[in-house]
Amino acid sequence: MSEVKPDTRDSELAPPALAAALAETWRTPVGLWGVLAAVDHKIIARRYIVTAFAFLALGGVLALLMRLQLAQPEARVLSPDRYNQIFTMHGTNMMFLFAVPVMEAMGVYLVPLMVGTRNIAFPRLNAFSYWIFLAGGALLWIAFVLDMAPDVGWFAYVPLSGPQYGAGKRADIWAQMITFTEIAALAVAVEIVVTVLKQRAPGMSLDRIPLFVWSMLVTSFVVIMAMPAIVFASTSLILDRLVGTHFFNPAEGGDVLLWQHLFWFFGHPEVYIIFLPAVGMVSAIIETFARRPVFGYLAMVMALIATSILAFGLWVHHMFVTGLPRLGQSFFTASSMSIAIPAGVQVFCWLATLWDGAPVFRTPLLFVIGFIVTFVIGGLTGVMVASVPFDTQVHDTYFVVAHFHYVLIGGAVFPLLGGIYYWFPKITGRMMSETLGKCSFWLIFVGFNLTFFPMHILGLAGMPRRIYTYQPDMPWYGLNMFVSISSLVLVAGFLVFFIDAIRSTRVGVSAAENPWDAPTLEWATASPPPSYNFAEIPVVNGLSPLWDQPGCLMVASGLRTDRRELIVSTVAAAKPQVREASPRDSIWPFWAAVATTVMLIGSIFTPWAVVWGSVPVAIALIGWFWPKATPEDES
Amino acid sequence: MKTRVVADFSGLPIHGFRSASVTWWGTLAFMLIEATGFALVIAVYLYLMNLAAIWPIDAPKPNLLPGTLVTVILLVSAIPNYLTSRWAEREDFRRIRIGMVLMSVLGTVPLAVRAFEFPALNVNWDSNAYGSVVWALLGLHTAHLITDLVDTLVLAALMFTRKGDNVRRFGDVQDNAMYWNFVVVTWLPIYGCIYWIPRL
Repeated sequence: MSEVKPDTRDSELAPPALAAALAETWRTPVGLWGVLAAVDHKIIARRYIVTAFAFLALGGVLALLMRLQLAQPEARVLSPDRYNQIFTMHGTNMMFLFAVPVMEAMGVYLVPLMVGTRNIAFPRLNAFSYWIFLAGGALLWIAFVLDMAPDVGWFAYVPLSGPQYGAGKRADIWAQMITFTEIAALAVAVEIVVTVLKQRAPGMSLDRIPLFVWSMLVTSFVVIMAMPAIVFASTSLILDRLVGTHFFNPAEGGDVLLWQHLFWFFGHPEVYIIFLPAVGMVSAIIETFARRPVFGYLAMVMALIATSILAFGLWVHHMFVTGLPRLGQSFFTASSMSIAIPAGVQVFCWLATLWDGAPVFRTPLLFVIGFIVTFVIGGLTGVMVASVPFDTQVHDTYFVVAHFHYVLIGGAVFPLLGGIYYWFPKITGRMMSETLGKCSFWLIFVGFNLTFFPMHILGLAGMPRRIYTYQPDMPWYGLNMFVSISSLVLVAGFLVFFIDAIRSTRVGVSAAENPWDAPTLEWATASPPPSYNFAEIPVVNGLSPLWDQPGCLMVASGLRTDRRELIVSTVAAAKPQVREASPRDSIWPFWAAVATTVMLIGSIFTPWAVVWGSVPVAIALIGWFWPKATPEDES
Repeated sequence: MKTRVVADFSGLPIHGFRSASVTWWGTLAFMLIEATGFALVIAVYLYLMNLAAIWPIDAPKPNLLPGTLVTVILLVSAIPNYLTSRWAEREDFRRIRIGMVLMSVLGTVPLAVRAFEFPALNVNWDSNAYGSVVWALLGLHTAHLITDLVDTLVLAALMFTRKGDNVRRFGDVQDNAMYWNFVVVTWLPIYGCIYWIPRL
């Protein structure tokens, strides 16, 4: 392809020439270099999503192994030690390697498109984030293969995970895997915050931001405020284990409950980090398939913000049986119950939208209806366990296991699957199968309820979580067998989903720009979008730009085509301020991630790894930031 | 989809300062992350203090001199830091160079004094939980001193290359100055926590 002449404006070129010039400027190189140096948010997000779903499948296999072991009493499928590793891996993997990354990845793909910009803010940081996430996942799973996976539960309570009881490197691998995933998550959070605040299409004032984008913005702020707690917690755990600090050692003035406070100060907001993006997906899907804007836009945004604030005042409800002061318990009971208010507001707004709309029951909407049913049940048991006497009874039983699978699978995975069906044509350019989609929905919905509902009863019957087996005289046998068999139905549903997704990337029906006739900007460009997203930057003057003016998109001209250029706009009114440059591909984020990985893994074994390991990290970062003679560096 | 051109942005500048720059907002977001981290460690300090019968646990109070010296140097450094930022805004290349050299020195000096702060804590990280948390506080802040010093040194070096005289670099200088202010301001509560709470 020919070089694009300096300072060629989009308005000087005919549409085909403009597309060719932009394609040249925004091109990601092919080959290994392109793989390692790519900074296109769509490429990075696709990798993130595929990797996260691979971890979902792996975590599902672990769940099946546990169900196999628990199907009957005194089973000998897994050893107690393997079982401990497997339930720890399952929880850790699902929370840190699947749920949070996949939600952020959906944001990485969709937010720039939905706000009408050409790449995410800090695209190189985005590339770095993916490599770090991948390294963290690899660390955990390689440790599992080597039989040295963590075995202390996904919240790794001390003293079990401390130096006294947690011999070997298992707990360190858990703690350092946390550091990897939190660095990755924090990086994405910063990118999304800045993209939403500063790169919105001209005219997309705060009250015209799509609800999914609002949900990602709020989620990113929760990530920013919550994740430092777990980074400090996991670091201090490693310090206790490696260099003899006493943060969690009561004999020397430390405290074991400090761990629980730090963990849950992160851990409870974590639930909303997973749930709020799902809420945004639900709003997007309902809007499109109910054929009308979401009822109560302002109430929805306020509910998102209220949830994110309340999320930080709930953590102690995970610690009701630790003997905390009565006043504390009452406060956290009240705050835990109050979160039902914003959740309720959202549910009623969705119902009102469906009520007033003309719903089209395609697969994405089915998953959303499944979400509403399941999430309401999970929410109700949530209100139940918020009460201290009830919680004392069911703490650490299968009732809690049932509750959080209802809110996490029902509340987040259902909308996510709906979201995959909904945005798959945008991402791949092909539709998924409606028949297989409905089939997978019903298998998953029925299989999920048959698997997890009986766990409520098992919990009430006193079955503790995290036991590798139980005696034949316990009254749990029949239900456990039933749960294990039902889990096969659930797995069959996921298999159909995976087969459909993989098959559709090759043979699915080609998708048009806007196959669902949706109202938001990601549907105003080709499916899949070109590297530059939009040939001309959209201009917005309503909440549903593609419905307000069907078939015609208002755009702005005057941007350069030889330079990766996008519009930076004001925070509130989205008035255009600058034609800012967006960085080109770079290998340095990859090297920075490699150097960081070496430093972090080394520091499990010796504190000096931090000192010597920081030198290559610094070199990589300097290489990253050192200006190159590109048109993007012009001022 | 058909498009209709409704605006022309060819007249917009191709680089923005401060709140018109994404880097500025990114720096702000990272400051929020780190400020949350500092606040948490201070909360841990207070939590452990609340549990302890005596505070500091089995250790003399930390010596005031090195920490106070660092505080004074950091506060003084805020003045040239402010000036450097102003020169960057005025795109006064000669003065920016002077300012960056000055800030490189003023970043190195507190770090050198900081080396004397750790022994002045009069407790080791592995003596008890009090020792662990004060070392964590001081260590965390020192990590920020080092990071910003490296950033300042690299930027200062850049100012003496061909790539220095570029408005984008001046924006970087401003963001770097903002971050230094953050490092100075966050030190104050940590200083109060480490040195003065045990004396209350």
